[in-house]
Amino acid sequence: MMRFCVLQNSRGLHSQLKDSVPVAGLCPQGAYGMQDSLRSGFTSVKNELLPSHPLELSEKNFQLNQDKMNYSTLRNIQGLHAPLKLQMEYRAARQIQRLPFLPSSNLALDTLRGSDESIGFEDILSDPAQSEVMGEPHMMVEYKLGLL
Amino acid sequence: MATVAVSRPPLGGFSFDNCKRNAILQGEANKVGFNLPAARKTGTTICGVVFKDGVVLGADTRATEGMIVADKNCSKIHYISPNIYCCGAGTAADTEMTTQIISSNLELHALSTGRLPRVATANRMLKQMLFRYQGYIGAALVLGGVDCNGPHLYSIYPHGSTDKLPYVTMGSGSLAAMAVFEDRYKPNMEEGEAKQLVHDAIAAGIFNDLGSGSNIDLCVITKGSVDYIRPHDEANKKGVRLNDGALQLTGDYKYRRGTTTVLTKAVNPLDLELVEESIQTMDTS
Repeated sequence: MMRFCVLQNSRGLHSQLKDSVPVAGLCPQGAYGMQDSLRSGFTSVKNELLPSHPLELSEKNFQLNQDKMNYSTLRNIQGLHAPLKLQMEYRAARQIQRLPFLPSSNLALDTLRGSDESIGFEDILSDPAQSEVMGEPHMMVEYKLGLL
Repeated sequence: MATVAVSRPPLGGFSFDNCKRNAILQGEANKVGFNLPAARKTGTTICGVVFKDGVVLGADTRATEGMIVADKNCSKIHYISPNIYCCGAGTAADTEMTTQIISSNLELHALSTGRLPRVATANRMLKQMLFRYQGYIGAALVLGGVDCNGPHLYSIYPHGSTDKLPYVTMGSGSLAAMAVFEDRYKPNMEEGEAKQLVHDAIAAGIFNDLGSGSNIDLCVITKGSVDYIRPHDEANKKGVRLNDGALQLTGDYKYRRGTTTVLTKAVNPLDLELVEESIQTMDTS
C-alpha cells in the first residue's frame, strides 16, 4: 500500500531542541534504574535538551532536509508520482545492508543518491572503518530492532 | 567519542562530541588567565585581476598563529583543476581542505561530463559547501580560471556569498591591495601590465599590513596554459632593502686593523722547554 509522505516544516524553535532528533540513551534509566555512564556518557539536563554546537542539528538532519526539499520541488514540477517512485527505490536500496555492527557498502544507495561521484567531509573525517569505539553486537542489533 | 560502547553505527563527517568539553576547558582556562592555542590563520593579501586573455592571481606567503609568523613561505594559491586556481585567506587548514575537496569533486564531475570544468561550477560547489557550514569554515577565497566561456574571477566569502568581478582582493591586506587596483585598473590590459598591477597590489598589502609578508606568488592563467610563478618576487628578504640595488643592511662585524688606535705595545716571549713528546694514534676505523 502506498504511503504519502507528510512534508513538515522542520524549521522553528522546536527543532532546536534535541527532542525532535532521536538520541541514544534518551531515557537515563539504565538496567538498574540508574545513570548508565558506560553506555551513554556523562549527562545533565542541559545536555539532553540543547545541542552542543549550533551546527549539530543541522548537520544531523542535513541529508533528510535536502531530500525533503528535492522531493517537494520534484512534486511541484512533475507531479506526485515522481517523488513516490524515487522514495520507493530508496527504501528498497536502504534495506540492502548487513547487520549494524558490520560495515555495509551501501552501493545501491550511493549510486541512487549520486554520492558515488562526490567527496565530502563524511568520506574524510571520522571514517567509520577506523572508529575508536566498537559497537557491541548484541546491543546494536537490539537497538536496531527497537528492543533496547 | 563521549562513551565507550555505542548502540548505533558511527557516521562519518564532523563529530560534535567534544564541543561541551571544549567549552568547559575554555572557561577554566580563562579563569586562570591562560590562553588556549589559536588556529593558524593566513592573515593575508590575495587578489586577482582579469586581463585580455585570462586571469592573474596573486598572493603573499606569510602564515600567522596569533602574533607569531608560523610559516614564512607558505603557498596560498591552490590547484583546483588544470584551468582553475584558487587563492585562500582565513584559517589555513580550512582553505587547504576546502580547496582539496572541491578539486576532487570537480575532477570526478569532469570525468563524468567529459568536458573541461567551468569556473562557475567550482564557484557553485564552494558556495554551497560554505553556506552549509554557516561560516564556521573560515575560508575566504579568490577563484579564477579560464574555460570555454572566457576568463572568470570570483570572490567567495566564508558564509557563502560570492561576487563575480573583474578585480577582487581578500584578506587582512585587502584594503591596501584594493587601493592599488582602484587607482590603476583598466579593462583589457596586456599580460605584462596585469602582472605588474597584481605585483604592486600584493606588495602594498605586504608592506602595509602586519598579517601579510615575505614573498609574492603569481599565477597567470590563460586559455591552454598556466604559469605558476613562485616566488615572483622576494619582497621581504632579511637584511636587504628592496629599492635601490640591494643595499646591505646587515652589518659586517669584522673591524679592520687600525680602527682602534694602538697606544703602546709590549711583547714578552715565554721560554718553554720541551719536556716530553708522545704520539697517540686516533682510532679512525
